[in-house]
Amino acid sequence: MDYLLVSIIKTLIIAPLLLATLAYIVWVERKVIAHVQLRVGPYFVGPHGLLQPIADAIKLLTKEDFIPSGVNHFFYWAAPWMGLMFSVTGIAVIPLGPQVEILGVKTNLGLADINIGLLWILGLAGMGVYGIALAGWSSNNKYALLGAMRSSAQMISYELPMALALAAPLLMSNSLNLREVINTQSGFVFGFVPNWNLFTGFQIVGFVVYMICAFAETNRIPFDLPEAENELVAGFHSEYSSMKFAAFFMAEYCNMIIVCSVATALYLGGWNPIVPEPIAQFVPTILFGGAAALLFFHAMNPGRPTDRFSFPVFGVIMAGLALLFLIPVIGPILNSLFWFLGKVGFLLFFFIWVRATLPRFRYDQLMKIAWLFLFPVALANLLLTAFGVTFFQK
Amino acid sequence: MDLVLFLTFALISVACALNMALQRHPVSSALSLIGVMVSLAVLYVLLGAEFIAAAQLVVYSGAIMVLFIFVIMLLNAGAERLTKKAGTAHFLGFPLLVILLALSSWVITNATSAAKPVKFGAFTGGGPREVGWELFTRYVLPFEVTSILILIAIAGAYRLANKEME
Repeated sequence: MDYLLVSIIKTLIIAPLLLATLAYIVWVERKVIAHVQLRVGPYFVGPHGLLQPIADAIKLLTKEDFIPSGVNHFFYWAAPWMGLMFSVTGIAVIPLGPQVEILGVKTNLGLADINIGLLWILGLAGMGVYGIALAGWSSNNKYALLGAMRSSAQMISYELPMALALAAPLLMSNSLNLREVINTQSGFVFGFVPNWNLFTGFQIVGFVVYMICAFAETNRIPFDLPEAENELVAGFHSEYSSMKFAAFFMAEYCNMIIVCSVATALYLGGWNPIVPEPIAQFVPTILFGGAAALLFFHAMNPGRPTDRFSFPVFGVIMAGLALLFLIPVIGPILNSLFWFLGKVGFLLFFFIWVRATLPRFRYDQLMKIAWLFLFPVALANLLLTAFGVTFFQK
Repeated sequence: MDLVLFLTFALISVACALNMALQRHPVSSALSLIGVMVSLAVLYVLLGAEFIAAAQLVVYSGAIMVLFIFVIMLLNAGAERLTKKAGTAHFLGFPLLVILLALSSWVITNATSAAKPVKFGAFTGGGPREVGWELFTRYVLPFEVTSILILIAIAGAYRLANKEME
Protein backbone atom coordinates (compact mmCIF):
# COMPACT_ATOMS: atom_id res chain seq x y z
CA MET A 1 0.00 0.00 0.00
CA ASP A 2 2.96 2.23 0.74
CA TYR A 3 4.17 1.75 -2.81
CA LEU A 4 0.73 2.66 -4.18
CA LEU A 5 0.56 5.82 -2.06
CA VAL A 6 4.06 6.94 -3.09
CA SER A 7 3.23 6.27 -6.74
CA ILE A 8 0.04 8.31 -6.53
CA ILE A 9 1.90 11.22 -4.91
CA LYS A 10 4.62 11.08 -7.57
CA THR A 11 2.04 11.01 -10.34
CA LEU A 12 0.21 13.96 -8.80
CA ILE A 13 3.47 15.91 -8.82
CA ILE A 14 4.72 14.93 -12.26
CA ALA A 15 1.48 15.09 -14.27
CA PRO A 16 0.69 18.82 -13.70
CA LEU A 17 4.36 19.70 -14.14
CA LEU A 18 4.37 17.82 -17.45
CA LEU A 19 1.27 19.64 -18.69
CA ALA A 20 2.72 23.01 -17.68
CA THR A 21 5.98 22.11 -19.43
CA LEU A 22 4.09 21.16 -22.58
CA ALA A 23 2.39 24.56 -22.57
CA TYR A 24 5.61 26.46 -21.91
CA ILE A 25 7.69 24.62 -24.50
CA VAL A 26 5.43 26.29 -27.06
CA TRP A 27 6.34 29.65 -25.55
CA VAL A 28 10.06 28.77 -25.55
CA GLU A 29 9.83 27.57 -29.13
CA ARG A 30 8.13 30.74 -30.33
CA LYS A 31 10.62 32.90 -28.44
CA VAL A 32 13.69 31.03 -29.69
CA ILE A 33 12.54 31.00 -33.31
CA ALA A 34 11.65 34.67 -33.03
CA HIS A 35 15.09 35.58 -31.73
CA VAL A 36 16.78 33.48 -34.41
CA GLN A 37 14.78 35.45 -36.99
CA LEU A 38 15.45 38.81 -35.25
CA ARG A 39 11.89 39.25 -33.94
CA VAL A 40 10.72 39.48 -30.33
CA GLY A 41 8.06 36.76 -30.44
CA PRO A 42 5.15 36.74 -27.97
CA TYR A 43 5.54 39.88 -25.90
CA PHE A 44 2.27 41.47 -24.87
CA VAL A 45 0.45 38.87 -22.75
CA GLY A 46 2.23 39.14 -19.42
CA PRO A 47 5.87 40.18 -19.03
CA HIS A 48 7.80 38.97 -22.09
CA GLY A 49 4.72 37.02 -23.19
CA LEU A 50 4.97 34.64 -20.24
CA LEU A 51 1.19 34.32 -19.92
CA GLN A 52 0.78 33.58 -23.64
CA PRO A 53 0.45 29.77 -23.12
CA ILE A 54 -2.44 30.35 -20.70
CA ALA A 55 -4.12 32.68 -23.18
CA ASP A 56 -3.60 30.06 -25.90
CA ALA A 57 -5.12 27.37 -23.70
CA ILE A 58 -8.21 29.51 -22.98
CA LYS A 59 -8.57 30.31 -26.68
CA LEU A 60 -8.35 26.66 -27.70
CA LEU A 61 -10.73 25.52 -24.95
CA THR A 62 -13.43 28.03 -25.82
CA LYS A 63 -13.15 27.73 -29.59
CA GLU A 64 -15.95 26.04 -31.50
CA ASP A 65 -15.25 22.32 -31.89
CA PHE A 66 -16.10 22.12 -35.57
CA ILE A 67 -16.75 18.67 -37.08
CA PRO A 68 -16.71 18.69 -40.87
CA SER A 69 -19.26 16.67 -42.84
CA GLY A 70 -18.44 13.18 -44.11
CA VAL A 71 -15.99 12.32 -41.33
CA ASN A 72 -15.93 8.98 -39.60
CA HIS A 73 -17.17 10.24 -36.24
CA PHE A 74 -15.74 7.62 -33.92
CA PHE A 75 -12.22 7.70 -35.34
CA TYR A 76 -12.28 11.45 -35.84
CA TRP A 77 -13.04 11.85 -32.15
CA ALA A 78 -10.71 9.13 -30.89
CA ALA A 79 -7.59 9.85 -32.97
CA PRO A 80 -6.18 12.91 -31.16
CA TRP A 81 -6.72 11.40 -27.73
CA MET A 82 -5.12 8.12 -28.82
CA GLY A 83 -2.04 10.00 -29.97
CA LEU A 84 -1.88 11.98 -26.74
CA MET A 85 -2.44 8.92 -24.56
CA PHE A 86 0.39 6.92 -26.14
CA SER A 87 2.87 9.77 -25.87
CA VAL A 88 2.02 10.79 -22.30
CA THR A 89 2.21 7.18 -21.08
CA GLY A 90 5.84 7.03 -22.22
CA ILE A 91 6.79 9.61 -19.58
CA ALA A 92 6.11 7.00 -16.88
CA VAL A 93 9.36 5.08 -17.44
CA ILE A 94 11.66 8.10 -17.75
CA PRO A 95 14.06 8.11 -14.77
CA LEU A 96 14.59 11.66 -13.52
CA GLY A 97 17.16 11.00 -10.82
CA PRO A 98 18.74 8.38 -8.56
CA GLN A 99 17.12 6.74 -5.55
CA VAL A 100 16.54 9.33 -2.83
CA GLU A 101 15.21 9.38 0.69
CA ILE A 102 12.48 11.94 1.37
CA LEU A 103 10.94 12.06 4.87
CA GLY A 104 12.22 8.56 5.57
CA VAL A 105 10.69 7.07 2.42
CA LYS A 106 13.14 5.63 -0.08
CA THR A 107 11.98 6.12 -3.64
CA ASN A 108 13.27 6.50 -7.18
CA LEU A 109 12.96 9.88 -8.85
CA GLY A 110 10.68 8.95 -11.71
CA LEU A 111 7.35 7.17 -11.92
CA ALA A 112 7.89 3.52 -12.86
CA ASP A 113 11.06 1.45 -12.75
CA ILE A 114 10.57 -1.51 -15.08
CA ASN A 115 13.05 -3.91 -16.62
CA ILE A 116 11.84 -3.27 -20.15
CA GLY A 117 11.79 0.53 -19.92
CA LEU A 118 13.29 1.19 -23.32
CA LEU A 119 11.16 -1.41 -25.09
CA TRP A 120 8.10 0.19 -23.51
CA ILE A 121 9.06 3.55 -25.01
CA LEU A 122 9.77 2.00 -28.42
CA GLY A 123 6.43 0.18 -28.34
CA LEU A 124 4.53 3.34 -27.47
CA ALA A 125 6.40 5.28 -30.14
CA GLY A 126 5.23 2.67 -32.63
CA MET A 127 1.66 2.93 -31.37
CA GLY A 128 1.75 6.73 -31.49
CA VAL A 129 1.45 6.69 -35.25
CA TYR A 130 -2.15 5.49 -35.00
CA GLY A 131 -3.26 8.87 -33.69
CA ILE A 132 -1.87 10.61 -36.76
CA ALA A 133 -2.84 7.92 -39.27
CA LEU A 134 -6.43 7.66 -38.07
CA ALA A 135 -6.81 11.43 -37.84
CA GLY A 136 -5.78 11.84 -41.44
CA TRP A 137 -7.87 8.94 -42.64
CA SER A 138 -11.08 9.79 -40.78
CA SER A 139 -11.02 13.49 -41.75
CA ASN A 140 -12.42 12.81 -45.24
CA ASN A 141 -9.87 15.14 -46.76
CA LYS A 142 -7.29 14.09 -49.30
CA TYR A 143 -4.57 16.34 -47.92
CA ALA A 144 -5.12 14.94 -44.45
CA LEU A 145 -5.02 11.41 -45.86
CA LEU A 146 -1.76 12.12 -47.69
CA GLY A 147 -0.28 13.45 -44.46
CA ALA A 148 -1.37 10.34 -42.60
CA MET A 149 0.12 8.03 -45.24
CA ARG A 150 3.40 9.91 -45.20
CA SER A 151 3.48 9.73 -41.45
CA SER A 152 2.96 5.97 -41.27
CA ALA A 153 5.55 5.27 -43.97
CA GLN A 154 8.02 7.61 -42.28
CA MET A 155 7.50 6.08 -38.84
CA ILE A 156 7.96 2.51 -40.09
CA SER A 157 11.14 3.46 -41.94
CA TYR A 158 12.78 5.44 -39.15
CA GLU A 159 11.97 3.02 -36.37
CA LEU A 160 14.52 0.53 -37.74
CA PRO A 161 17.66 2.72 -37.71
CA MET A 162 16.49 4.22 -34.41
CA ALA A 163 16.20 0.83 -32.72
CA LEU A 164 19.55 -0.25 -34.19
CA ALA A 165 21.23 2.91 -32.95
CA LEU A 166 19.72 2.45 -29.48
CA ALA A 167 20.89 -1.17 -29.32
CA ALA A 168 24.57 -0.15 -29.29
CA PRO A 169 24.62 1.66 -25.90
CA LEU A 170 22.40 -1.10 -24.51
CA LEU A 171 25.12 -3.62 -25.39
CA MET A 172 27.53 -1.68 -23.21
CA SER A 173 25.29 -1.37 -20.18
CA ASN A 174 23.84 -4.88 -20.62
CA SER A 175 20.35 -3.89 -19.52
CA LEU A 176 17.09 -2.50 -20.90
CA ASN A 177 16.32 -0.73 -17.65
CA LEU A 178 16.99 2.98 -18.20
CA ARG A 179 17.98 3.42 -14.54
CA GLU A 180 20.67 0.74 -14.81
CA VAL A 181 21.85 2.15 -18.13
CA ILE A 182 22.41 5.50 -16.44
CA ASN A 183 24.12 3.94 -13.43
CA THR A 184 26.73 2.28 -15.66
CA GLN A 185 27.65 5.71 -17.03
CA SER A 186 28.64 7.29 -13.71
CA GLY A 187 32.21 8.30 -12.92
CA PHE A 188 35.03 9.80 -14.95
CA VAL A 189 37.90 8.52 -17.07
CA PHE A 190 41.34 10.18 -16.44
CA GLY A 191 39.54 12.25 -13.80
CA PHE A 192 37.82 14.63 -16.20
CA VAL A 193 36.20 12.83 -19.21
CA PRO A 194 32.68 11.82 -18.16
CA ASN A 195 32.07 8.09 -18.51
CA TRP A 196 29.07 8.59 -20.81
CA ASN A 197 28.34 6.32 -23.72
CA LEU A 198 28.75 9.30 -26.02
CA PHE A 199 32.39 9.84 -24.97
CA THR A 200 33.97 6.71 -23.52
CA GLY A 201 31.62 4.38 -25.40
CA PHE A 202 32.51 6.06 -28.74
CA GLN A 203 28.81 6.33 -29.58
CA ILE A 204 29.02 9.66 -31.40
CA VAL A 205 27.87 8.05 -34.67
CA GLY A 206 25.03 6.23 -32.94
CA PHE A 207 24.01 9.45 -31.20
CA VAL A 208 23.85 11.37 -34.48
CA VAL A 209 21.85 8.58 -36.15
CA TYR A 210 19.48 8.45 -33.17
CA MET A 211 18.94 12.20 -33.18
CA ILE A 212 18.18 12.25 -36.91
CA CYS A 213 15.66 9.45 -36.40
CA ALA A 214 14.22 11.29 -33.41
CA PHE A 215 13.47 14.28 -35.61
CA ALA A 216 11.63 12.01 -38.03
CA GLU A 217 9.75 10.12 -35.31
CA THR A 218 8.43 13.33 -33.79
CA ASN A 219 7.49 14.81 -37.19
CA ARG A 220 9.68 17.84 -36.67
CA ILE A 221 11.37 20.01 -39.27
CA PRO A 222 13.34 19.00 -41.36
CA PHE A 223 11.21 15.83 -41.49
CA ASP A 224 7.73 17.29 -40.92
CA LEU A 225 6.40 15.95 -44.22
CA PRO A 226 3.10 14.77 -42.65
CA GLU A 227 2.13 18.40 -42.00
CA ALA A 228 4.03 20.18 -44.76
CA GLU A 229 2.14 23.48 -45.01
CA ASN A 230 3.14 24.35 -48.54
CA GLU A 231 2.01 20.99 -49.91
CA LEU A 232 -0.76 19.63 -47.68
CA VAL A 233 -2.55 22.66 -46.11
CA ALA A 234 -1.80 21.45 -42.56
CA GLY A 235 -1.45 17.72 -43.22
CA PHE A 236 -3.13 15.24 -40.96
CA HIS A 237 -4.69 17.85 -38.67
CA SER A 238 -6.17 20.04 -41.41
CA GLU A 239 -9.74 19.40 -40.29
CA TYR A 240 -9.19 19.65 -36.55
CA SER A 241 -9.96 22.60 -34.32
CA SER A 242 -10.25 23.46 -30.65
CA MET A 243 -8.93 21.01 -28.03
CA LYS A 244 -8.52 18.16 -30.51
CA PHE A 245 -6.08 20.34 -32.43
CA ALA A 246 -4.29 21.13 -29.19
CA ALA A 247 -4.11 17.42 -28.35
CA PHE A 248 -1.99 16.79 -31.46
CA PHE A 249 0.42 19.47 -30.43
CA MET A 250 0.63 18.27 -26.85
CA ALA A 251 1.39 14.78 -28.20
CA GLU A 252 4.10 16.16 -30.47
CA TYR A 253 5.83 18.10 -27.69
CA CYS A 254 5.45 15.18 -25.31
CA ASN A 255 7.12 12.92 -27.89
CA MET A 256 9.92 15.45 -28.16
CA ILE A 257 10.45 15.32 -24.39
CA ILE A 258 10.49 11.51 -24.49
CA VAL A 259 13.00 11.17 -27.32
CA CYS A 260 15.25 13.78 -25.68
CA SER A 261 15.02 11.95 -22.34
CA VAL A 262 15.95 8.67 -24.02
CA ALA A 263 18.94 10.34 -25.69
CA THR A 264 19.96 11.79 -22.33
CA ALA A 265 19.63 8.46 -20.56
CA LEU A 266 21.40 6.36 -23.18
CA TYR A 267 24.11 8.64 -24.52
CA LEU A 268 24.51 11.63 -22.21
CA GLY A 269 24.77 9.84 -18.88
CA GLY A 270 21.37 10.74 -17.47
CA TRP A 271 21.74 12.65 -14.21
CA ASN A 272 25.54 12.19 -14.04
CA PRO A 273 27.18 15.64 -14.10
CA ILE A 274 29.60 16.67 -16.82
CA VAL A 275 32.28 17.86 -14.36
CA PRO A 276 33.73 15.93 -11.38
CA GLU A 277 31.92 16.01 -8.07
CA PRO A 278 33.23 18.83 -5.85
CA ILE A 279 32.63 21.31 -8.70
CA ALA A 280 29.44 19.65 -10.01
CA GLN A 281 27.35 20.43 -6.94
CA PHE A 282 27.99 24.18 -7.33
CA VAL A 283 27.36 24.36 -11.08
CA PRO A 284 23.59 24.99 -10.80
CA THR A 285 24.15 27.67 -8.15
CA ILE A 286 26.78 29.38 -10.31
CA LEU A 287 24.58 29.22 -13.42
CA PHE A 288 21.44 30.54 -11.75
CA GLY A 289 23.44 33.11 -9.79
CA GLY A 290 25.06 34.27 -13.02
CA ALA A 291 21.66 34.55 -14.66
CA ALA A 292 20.42 36.61 -11.72
CA ALA A 293 23.46 38.92 -11.89
CA LEU A 294 22.97 39.35 -15.65
CA LEU A 295 19.29 40.23 -15.15
CA PHE A 296 20.11 42.78 -12.42
CA PHE A 297 22.79 44.30 -14.64
CA HIS A 298 20.41 44.67 -17.58
CA ALA A 299 17.70 46.09 -15.32
CA MET A 300 19.97 49.07 -14.58
CA ASN A 301 20.01 50.26 -18.19
CA PRO A 302 16.95 48.62 -19.75
CA GLY A 303 16.31 48.51 -23.48
CA ARG A 304 12.56 48.76 -22.96
CA PRO A 305 10.73 50.64 -20.20
CA THR A 306 8.97 47.54 -18.80
CA ASP A 307 12.27 45.75 -18.31
CA ARG A 308 13.05 48.10 -15.40
CA PHE A 309 10.41 46.20 -13.39
CA SER A 310 10.35 42.74 -14.97
CA PHE A 311 14.09 41.99 -14.97
CA PRO A 312 14.63 42.48 -11.20
CA VAL A 313 11.65 40.18 -10.51
CA PHE A 314 13.13 37.42 -12.71
CA GLY A 315 16.53 38.13 -11.13
CA VAL A 316 15.14 37.54 -7.63
CA ILE A 317 13.54 34.27 -8.83
CA MET A 318 16.85 33.13 -10.33
CA ALA A 319 18.76 34.05 -7.15
CA GLY A 320 16.19 32.12 -5.12
CA LEU A 321 16.70 29.08 -7.34
CA ALA A 322 20.47 29.44 -6.95
CA LEU A 323 20.14 29.44 -3.14
CA LEU A 324 17.72 26.48 -3.25
CA PHE A 325 20.55 24.26 -4.54
CA LEU A 326 22.64 25.04 -1.45
CA ILE A 327 20.10 23.68 1.10
CA PRO A 328 21.65 20.47 2.55
CA VAL A 329 18.90 17.85 2.12
CA ILE A 330 17.05 19.14 -0.96
CA GLY A 331 20.22 20.31 -2.71
CA PRO A 332 21.56 16.91 -3.91
CA ILE A 333 18.10 15.84 -5.09
CA LEU A 334 17.64 19.05 -7.05
CA ASN A 335 21.18 18.72 -8.34
CA SER A 336 20.55 15.39 -10.07
CA LEU A 337 17.22 16.70 -11.36
CA PHE A 338 19.06 19.75 -12.66
CA TRP A 339 21.56 17.68 -14.62
CA PHE A 340 18.93 15.41 -16.16
CA LEU A 341 16.44 18.15 -17.01
CA GLY A 342 19.26 20.44 -18.13
CA LYS A 343 20.42 17.92 -20.71
CA VAL A 344 16.86 17.25 -21.85
CA GLY A 345 16.29 21.00 -22.06
CA PHE A 346 19.43 21.48 -24.13
CA LEU A 347 18.31 18.77 -26.58
CA LEU A 348 14.85 20.37 -26.78
CA PHE A 349 16.53 23.68 -27.53
CA PHE A 350 18.50 21.87 -30.24
CA PHE A 351 15.21 20.64 -31.77
CA ILE A 352 13.88 24.20 -31.86
CA TRP A 353 17.18 25.56 -33.16
CA VAL A 354 17.09 23.08 -36.06
CA ARG A 355 13.50 24.06 -36.80
CA ALA A 356 14.54 27.68 -37.08
CA THR A 357 17.49 26.85 -39.30
CA LEU A 358 16.84 24.05 -41.77
CA PRO A 359 14.39 23.76 -44.67
CA ARG A 360 12.20 20.70 -45.23
CA PHE A 361 13.38 17.59 -47.07
CA ARG A 362 11.63 16.26 -50.13
CA TYR A 363 9.73 13.04 -49.56
CA ASP A 364 11.96 10.78 -51.68
CA GLN A 365 15.04 12.27 -49.98
CA LEU A 366 13.50 11.45 -46.62
CA MET A 367 13.10 7.78 -47.54
CA LYS A 368 16.53 7.63 -49.15
CA ILE A 369 18.25 8.96 -46.03
CA ALA A 370 16.52 6.37 -43.86
CA TRP A 371 17.20 3.29 -45.97
CA LEU A 372 20.42 4.03 -47.82
CA PHE A 373 22.29 6.06 -45.23
CA LEU A 374 21.00 5.76 -41.65
CA PHE A 375 20.20 2.05 -41.75
CA PRO A 376 23.64 0.83 -42.95
CA VAL A 377 25.45 3.29 -40.68
CA ALA A 378 23.43 2.17 -37.64
CA LEU A 379 24.07 -1.47 -38.54
CA ALA A 380 27.83 -0.91 -38.89
CA ASN A 381 27.85 1.02 -35.62
CA LEU A 382 26.08 -1.84 -33.85
CA LEU A 383 28.55 -4.36 -35.29
CA LEU A 384 31.61 -2.34 -34.27
CA THR A 385 30.16 -1.77 -30.80
CA ALA A 386 29.49 -5.49 -30.43
CA PHE A 387 33.13 -6.23 -31.34
CA GLY A 388 34.30 -3.55 -28.97
CA VAL A 389 32.21 -4.89 -26.10
CA THR A 390 33.45 -8.42 -26.75
CA PHE A 391 37.14 -7.56 -26.86
CA PHE A 392 37.43 -4.64 -24.44
CA GLN A 393 34.66 -5.16 -21.91
CA LYS A 394 34.00 -1.83 -20.24
CA MET B 1 -5.71 -7.54 -8.04
CA ASP B 2 -4.15 -9.94 -10.56
CA LEU B 3 -7.42 -11.73 -11.04
CA VAL B 4 -9.32 -8.48 -11.61
CA LEU B 5 -6.75 -7.35 -14.17
CA PHE B 6 -6.78 -10.75 -15.85
CA LEU B 7 -10.57 -10.83 -16.13
CA THR B 8 -10.73 -7.25 -17.40
CA PHE B 9 -8.18 -7.71 -20.12
CA ALA B 10 -9.31 -11.20 -21.07
CA LEU B 11 -12.80 -9.76 -21.53
CA ILE B 12 -11.44 -6.84 -23.55
CA SER B 13 -9.42 -9.13 -25.80
CA VAL B 14 -12.39 -11.43 -26.45
CA ALA B 15 -14.68 -8.46 -27.10
CA CYS B 16 -12.14 -6.93 -29.47
CA ALA B 17 -11.71 -10.25 -31.29
CA LEU B 18 -15.47 -10.58 -31.74
CA ASN B 19 -15.67 -6.96 -32.85
CA MET B 20 -12.94 -7.59 -35.39
CA ALA B 21 -14.98 -10.33 -37.03
CA LEU B 22 -18.27 -8.43 -36.84
CA GLN B 23 -17.17 -5.00 -38.09
CA ARG B 24 -17.75 -4.35 -41.78
CA HIS B 25 -15.11 -1.67 -42.18
CA PRO B 26 -11.49 -2.86 -42.60
CA VAL B 27 -10.07 -0.03 -40.47
CA SER B 28 -12.43 -0.86 -37.58
CA SER B 29 -11.42 -4.51 -37.83
CA ALA B 30 -7.74 -3.63 -37.87
CA LEU B 31 -8.15 -1.41 -34.81
CA SER B 32 -10.00 -4.18 -32.98
CA LEU B 33 -7.08 -6.47 -33.77
CA ILE B 34 -4.75 -3.90 -32.20
CA GLY B 35 -6.99 -3.98 -29.13
CA VAL B 36 -6.64 -7.76 -28.99
CA MET B 37 -2.85 -7.52 -29.24
CA VAL B 38 -2.51 -4.86 -26.58
CA SER B 39 -4.70 -6.73 -24.10
CA LEU B 40 -2.74 -9.91 -24.83
CA ALA B 41 0.42 -7.97 -24.00
CA VAL B 42 -1.12 -7.07 -20.63
CA LEU B 43 -1.89 -10.75 -20.04
CA TYR B 44 1.74 -11.62 -20.82
CA VAL B 45 2.89 -9.07 -18.23
CA LEU B 46 0.55 -10.65 -15.68
CA LEU B 47 2.14 -14.03 -16.39
CA GLY B 48 5.62 -12.59 -15.85
CA ALA B 49 6.68 -12.63 -19.50
CA GLU B 50 7.74 -8.99 -19.71
CA PHE B 51 9.92 -9.33 -22.76
CA ILE B 52 7.26 -11.13 -24.79
CA ALA B 53 4.78 -8.41 -23.81
CA ALA B 54 7.12 -5.66 -24.97
CA ALA B 55 7.87 -7.54 -28.19
CA GLN B 56 4.14 -7.93 -28.74
CA LEU B 57 3.73 -4.15 -28.42
CA VAL B 58 6.75 -3.22 -30.54
CA VAL B 59 6.41 -5.79 -33.30
CA TYR B 60 2.73 -6.61 -33.65
CA SER B 61 0.82 -3.54 -32.60
CA GLY B 62 3.63 -1.11 -33.38
CA ALA B 63 4.98 -2.29 -36.72
CA ILE B 64 2.85 -4.96 -38.37
CA MET B 65 -0.51 -3.34 -37.69
CA VAL B 66 0.80 0.04 -38.85
CA LEU B 67 1.62 -1.67 -42.16
CA PHE B 68 -1.90 -3.16 -42.25
CA ILE B 69 -3.50 0.24 -41.66
CA PHE B 70 -1.15 1.77 -44.21
CA VAL B 71 -2.22 -0.73 -46.86
CA ILE B 72 -5.92 -0.32 -46.04
CA MET B 73 -5.58 3.44 -46.41
CA LEU B 74 -3.51 3.12 -49.57
CA LEU B 75 -6.17 0.96 -51.22
CA ASN B 76 -8.86 3.18 -49.70
CA ALA B 77 -10.91 0.08 -48.87
CA GLY B 78 -14.48 0.95 -47.95
CA ALA B 79 -17.04 -0.92 -45.85
CA GLU B 80 -17.87 -4.43 -47.03
CA ARG B 81 -21.36 -5.22 -48.26
CA LEU B 82 -23.28 -8.38 -47.44
CA THR B 83 -24.23 -10.28 -50.60
CA LYS B 84 -26.41 -13.06 -49.07
CA LYS B 85 -25.31 -15.31 -51.91
CA ALA B 86 -23.35 -17.92 -49.98
CA GLY B 87 -26.26 -20.20 -49.09
CA THR B 88 -24.31 -23.13 -47.68
CA ALA B 89 -22.22 -20.86 -45.48
CA HIS B 90 -25.40 -19.22 -44.25
CA PHE B 91 -26.83 -22.48 -42.92
CA LEU B 92 -23.75 -24.57 -42.17
CA GLY B 93 -21.42 -21.80 -40.97
CA PHE B 94 -22.46 -21.57 -37.35
CA PRO B 95 -22.83 -25.31 -36.63
CA LEU B 96 -19.46 -26.00 -38.28
CA LEU B 97 -17.86 -23.27 -36.19
CA VAL B 98 -19.25 -24.83 -33.00
CA ILE B 99 -17.94 -28.26 -34.04
CA LEU B 100 -14.49 -26.81 -34.82
CA LEU B 101 -14.27 -25.02 -31.48
CA ALA B 102 -15.47 -28.11 -29.58
CA LEU B 103 -12.95 -30.33 -31.38
CA SER B 104 -10.03 -28.02 -30.82
CA SER B 105 -10.86 -27.49 -27.14
CA TRP B 106 -11.16 -31.28 -26.72
CA VAL B 107 -7.76 -31.81 -28.34
CA ILE B 108 -6.16 -29.08 -26.25
CA THR B 109 -7.57 -30.36 -22.95
CA ASN B 110 -6.48 -33.91 -23.78
CA ALA B 111 -3.00 -32.92 -24.86
CA THR B 112 -2.31 -30.72 -21.86
CA SER B 113 -4.12 -32.68 -19.16
CA ALA B 114 -0.90 -33.12 -17.18
CA ALA B 115 -0.11 -29.39 -17.11
CA LYS B 116 -0.37 -27.66 -13.77
CA PRO B 117 -2.54 -24.56 -13.34
CA VAL B 118 -0.76 -21.22 -13.75
CA LYS B 119 -0.23 -18.92 -10.79
CA PHE B 120 0.16 -15.20 -11.35
CA GLY B 121 3.57 -13.95 -10.37
CA ALA B 122 5.06 -17.45 -10.02
CA PHE B 123 7.09 -17.24 -13.22
CA THR B 124 10.03 -14.85 -13.16
CA GLY B 125 12.14 -15.97 -16.13
CA GLY B 126 10.49 -13.65 -18.65
CA GLY B 127 12.86 -10.70 -18.57
CA PRO B 128 15.01 -9.78 -21.60
CA ARG B 129 18.13 -11.28 -19.99
CA GLU B 130 16.56 -14.69 -19.36
CA VAL B 131 14.87 -14.85 -22.76
CA GLY B 132 18.08 -13.86 -24.52
CA TRP B 133 20.08 -16.44 -22.59
CA GLU B 134 17.69 -19.26 -23.49
CA LEU B 135 17.52 -18.08 -27.09
CA PHE B 136 21.28 -18.20 -27.61
CA THR B 137 22.05 -21.36 -25.66
CA ARG B 138 19.25 -23.89 -25.60
CA TYR B 139 17.27 -22.75 -28.63
CA VAL B 140 20.13 -21.45 -30.76
CA LEU B 141 19.48 -23.89 -33.63
CA PRO B 142 15.76 -23.06 -34.10
CA PHE B 143 16.60 -19.39 -33.69
CA GLU B 144 19.23 -19.43 -36.44
CA VAL B 145 17.07 -21.58 -38.71
CA THR B 146 14.25 -19.06 -38.34
CA SER B 147 16.65 -16.22 -39.22
CA ILE B 148 17.70 -18.02 -42.39
CA LEU B 149 14.06 -18.67 -43.24
CA ILE B 150 13.25 -14.97 -42.90
CA LEU B 151 16.31 -14.09 -44.99
CA ILE B 152 15.10 -16.42 -47.75
CA ALA B 153 11.65 -14.84 -47.56
CA ILE B 154 13.16 -11.36 -47.91
CA ALA B 155 15.22 -12.46 -50.92
CA GLY B 156 12.12 -14.02 -52.47
CA ALA B 157 10.03 -10.89 -51.89
CA TYR B 158 12.78 -8.79 -53.43
CA ARG B 159 12.91 -11.06 -56.50
CA LEU B 160 9.14 -10.96 -56.97
CA ALA B 161 8.95 -7.18 -56.58
CA ASN B 162 11.87 -6.74 -58.96
CA LYS B 163 10.20 -8.90 -61.59
CA GLU B 164 7.10 -6.72 -61.40
CA MET B 165 9.13 -3.56 -61.93
CA GLU B 166 10.92 -4.92 -65.00
